[in-house]
Amino acid sequence: MGEEFSLEHRFQAYIDAENKIEPKDWMPENYRKTIVRQMSQHAHSEVVGMLPEANWITRAPSLRSKLILLAKVQDEGGHGLYLYSAAETLGVSREQMIDDLLQGKAKYSSIFNYPTLNWADMGAIGWLVDGAAIANQVMLCRTSYGPYARAMVRICKEESFHQRQGYEIMMHMAAGTPEQKAMAQDALNRWWWPALMMFGPADAASPNTAQSMAWKIKRKTNDELRQEFVDKTVPQATFIGLTVPDSHLKWNEVTGHYDFGPIDWEEFTQVVKGNGPCNKERLAARNKAHQEGQWVRDAATAFAKKQQARAAAPVSATNPSAA
Amino acid sequence: MTQPDTWPLWEVFVRSKNGLAHKHSGSLHAPDAETALKSARDVYTRRSEGISIWVLPSSSIVASSPDEKEPLFAPSDDKPYRHPTFYDIPDEVGHM
Repeated sequence: MGEEFSLEHRFQAYIDAENKIEPKDWMPENYRKTIVRQMSQHAHSEVVGMLPEANWITRAPSLRSKLILLAKVQDEGGHGLYLYSAAETLGVSREQMIDDLLQGKAKYSSIFNYPTLNWADMGAIGWLVDGAAIANQVMLCRTSYGPYARAMVRICKEESFHQRQGYEIMMHMAAGTPEQKAMAQDALNRWWWPALMMFGPADAASPNTAQSMAWKIKRKTNDELRQEFVDKTVPQATFIGLTVPDSHLKWNEVTGHYDFGPIDWEEFTQVVKGNGPCNKERLAARNKAHQEGQWVRDAATAFAKKQQARAAAPVSATNPSAA
Repeated sequence: MTQPDTWPLWEVFVRSKNGLAHKHSGSLHAPDAETALKSARDVYTRRSEGISIWVLPSSSIVASSPDEKEPLFAPSDDKPYRHPTFYDIPDEVGHM
């Protein structure tokens, strides 16, 4: 007990001095658990996040936009890989994490349980959803767990294109025909509030925040990140002539921030609980893709075994003329 | 007399400080992993270059062939849309 106390003390002092924790370093069991949970949920979000956009690859309005969307979805798959690998440095197995996701035991970002109804949603997702993710991920580049921070640096470098391509879509649609502009506005209306919910519960309702901040896993609270996102995004909407769907939204001269209206936390809770518009569909799609990919994994394993057997076999055995 | 050259070759990776990834420093010959680690410490961290070392048998590294450079890496040259600079975002919008 005494030793544990002093170890935790040293751990905290080490973190307070802005040092990174690496896989073989001693860490409190709860730090390990928190990091594993956060990294695996983050990885799941990248993987499930491919689904709403993949829905539109075959219906992209031009070859250019199709190539871009393909490249973006491909990036998200890669981001999932970096994060699963970072989680594996703490001894959890990839199979276990994926199994938890497929069985519906693991969480992923609530935003991906909303449907993508039309092409404007591809713009709104890139601009708002990736924008919100970037705010969170830029902070996580300085998280205290080394492998997580390094994965984040790599991801952030790649994310910038995601947000810019989304905003470009919105910009073009907002400057297009009245119908196109209406579509862009409709997409903003539908994605704005779910995007704000991506940052998680309000600080007052988030019991884990204090510990995560003390361990420097998080560097900013949910509310701080949310405010940052609002301040940055509102002028971007105004610039292309779209209106943020919040009647309470107002610039506050005193605080130097935008005030915004109350978030419907009941909706958030329902989506997290599995009752969002697409929870079942997403999980079913993930399971279907996993099952339908089984033969590829089997074939790759069989091929590798065959190659090994061939390499190990004596020369005469592989030479038909010797038989 | 021993024949050091019959000892396997090991690749040495050094982490200079926590938070940074291990980086390739060089290689050395050693009869086993434990000795390789000790030798790596003596050879590659004499001037406080590191705080953590990885060694692994050079034979376990699978490398791409220089002959395949073109087919492997050229395809990404014609995909400028993977870069943020491909998109024209007006300066007024701010950093994105």
